[in-house]
Amino acid sequence: MKKILAIIMALALVFSLAACGAKDTGTEPETQGKIDEEVSLEPVAKEDIKVGFIFLHDENSTYDKNFIEAAEAACKSLGVDHITMTNIPESNECYEAACDLVDEGCNIIFADSFNHEDYLIKAAKEFPDVQFCHATGTKAHTEGLPNFHNAFASIYEGRYLAGVAAGLKLNEMIDSGKITADKAKMGYVGAYTYAEVISGYTSFYLGAKSVCPSVTMDVQFTGSWYDETQEKEAATKLINNGCVLISQHADSMGAPTACENAGVPDVSYNGSTKSVAPNTYIISSKINWQPYMEYMINCVIEGKKIDADWTGTIATGSVQLTELNEDVAAAGTAAKLEEVKAGIEAGTIRVFDASAITVGGKAFTSYMADVDTDKDYTKDTEAISDGYFHESEFRSAPYFDARIDGITLLNEQF
Amino acid sequence: MADNKVREPLFHIVKRSKVALPFWKAWLIRIIAVLAALVFCGIITKILTGLNPLEVYKTMFEGVFKSERKMWKFAQETAMLLCVALAVTPAFKMKFWNIGAEGQVLMGGLATAACMLLFAEKMPTWLLFVLMVATSVIAGAVWAVIPAVFKAFWNTNETLFTLMMNYIAIQLVSYFSYIWSNPKGSGKINTINMSTEIGWLPELWGNKYIFNILIVLTLTVLMFVYLRYSKHGYELTVVGESENTAKYIGINVKKVIIRTLLLSGAICGIAGLLLVAGTDHTVSRDTAAGRGFTAIIVSWMGKFNPAYMILTALLLVFFDQGATQVSSFLHLNNSFSEIISGIIIFFIIGSEFFINYSIKFREKTKEAAK
Repeated sequence: MKKILAIIMALALVFSLAACGAKDTGTEPETQGKIDEEVSLEPVAKEDIKVGFIFLHDENSTYDKNFIEAAEAACKSLGVDHITMTNIPESNECYEAACDLVDEGCNIIFADSFNHEDYLIKAAKEFPDVQFCHATGTKAHTEGLPNFHNAFASIYEGRYLAGVAAGLKLNEMIDSGKITADKAKMGYVGAYTYAEVISGYTSFYLGAKSVCPSVTMDVQFTGSWYDETQEKEAATKLINNGCVLISQHADSMGAPTACENAGVPDVSYNGSTKSVAPNTYIISSKINWQPYMEYMINCVIEGKKIDADWTGTIATGSVQLTELNEDVAAAGTAAKLEEVKAGIEAGTIRVFDASAITVGGKAFTSYMADVDTDKDYTKDTEAISDGYFHESEFRSAPYFDARIDGITLLNEQF
Repeated sequence: MADNKVREPLFHIVKRSKVALPFWKAWLIRIIAVLAALVFCGIITKILTGLNPLEVYKTMFEGVFKSERKMWKFAQETAMLLCVALAVTPAFKMKFWNIGAEGQVLMGGLATAACMLLFAEKMPTWLLFVLMVATSVIAGAVWAVIPAVFKAFWNTNETLFTLMMNYIAIQLVSYFSYIWSNPKGSGKINTINMSTEIGWLPELWGNKYIFNILIVLTLTVLMFVYLRYSKHGYELTVVGESENTAKYIGINVKKVIIRTLLLSGAICGIAGLLLVAGTDHTVSRDTAAGRGFTAIIVSWMGKFNPAYMILTALLLVFFDQGATQVSSFLHLNNSFSEIISGIIIFFIIGSEFFINYSIKFREKTKEAAK
């Protein structure tokens, strides 16, 4: 008797799902097109501006701390009101948080984590009068919503500069006889084989190679964006494999600590790590989000349209190098960095100069990049023209993911 | 007379007999405990933050009841927590410490997500739903029954076993998050079938949470009946009270353990299904969001009674949502609100002590009588 009841219940559940589900799929796509009309873009008085921020963690995470500080600085300098929601996971919670902020009267809502994007898009469709800005996302240019925007920074330029500092350090080691030129091998701790990481380590390598032509690099992936133990182990493994300089794309102090313990110089990321590695830290590149936040707020104040994709550069102050540790860096690094920086700003130096790159021994003359996010990872856009790879031009988030010669990936399972 | 000289302590603690405390009195003690907790937290708040405690409580309240949307969200979160709590309850009643609900929910969610990813547009939607329900239930049940089999046949420690199974589930989800990540290599699965919404649970009356809530309410009633009136429910209670008694009266203990954990895991699987197909539309290692562990408190505080568990789930979610509101709008750190809810829960659990035990003060009259 009970079994029959259970089976009936289960069937009822299944059929109710099936019945409603079938109906839904047919009608959905229509609603998407409708919102594509122009939203009202009237200037908003400064006093009426309220910015809502959604952060994945709180200040205890270096990644979020960078955003939180920028948010507070931007709102303070413009004199606008803001509400901050921290510890919002990448789930339906994010959508609910965005709705909460709309309810509280926010005109601009900003979220900082990659997978917040879809939930923000959902909210953007529901509230066409509110501007939604998302850092590191990839979908604004394909969604075509007038009130949903992506932002990133050309951090590859910062990485390139940091790479130059690394290359100079290698040259110093070669000149002093500490290593021979063919032993100039760097190690890189990455999170995943994701375009953002690949673009990052490749630009770092190219920066080093521009001053130290014999350099090679090993990359070890950890399979996590934040895992102190794994990052430390990865760095130690690279050092044991003969890497004489380390850099990383990960948020913890794992790699800097391993370098300090082993006495191997480290080029850091996301801010200075001199406090934990005073004898090995050289320099660090980071993204400063304050210019973007000021830009998006100003757009709403002035009633201007916010770019679907906004890429901060060295010129906008979005890409920064943190303090150079003169004790560890090679002599003359500061001057050289200024020179290269000027070259990048003037456009005379291209980070992804195709002539400096070979893939599988062949010249790098054509590369189809996966710019539009889709399930099958379709390579949809030719990114090389005028002799260089156009990074962050077709969308703000990086899409350079070529495996170039000179770099060895030790593990590709991530 | 000499042995009467032994000083009687100022008070001593006596266990109440089962009938000693009338229903209303037990609830009075609980309410007093909550009020005492609120006063205590008020003092702590004033000392540590200088904020008006009433303001903090008001903000907490607003976090749940300020708008209709917030109330729906409150109901949804409560339903999901309750669902996992319902799942662990039969196991707990059997004194099988299943702390692996987190992993069982994740496995259910992962199975759901896999169906949505791999079979959308390859089969009719109704078949996809059947498959999603079946695989999520099976995945959750398998994850729970493995430790149960080991417990039943080799008497392994189920607490450690179920806990370890959580980590395996988390790693599996991480692995598949990478395999199916979109954009490529990001290690995160984007919203599945975002444009087609294939495999998404339906919205009833234009509300995306009602479906989940109805399912969980149905489960609550069924679980209540199962535990109280069914032979299975009786058997698992006997196994929990005394395995030897159970054996003596001819209950097949191994069978009861395995059967109960199959049920426990299956409901966790449904929770995973509701989370992934109902609200998140993706799976990540945070999908269960600690509910597998919070559910244990819900179940304990609700005395393994699904009706009470509705109340305890409401209470815990209330504090959780309130905490978010306080941290966002009073600019306090999340941790502070968590301290407050911790204190209040501590008081509530503490009040059970006074319900089960009474304090007898040294009485003059007693001596006189002697």
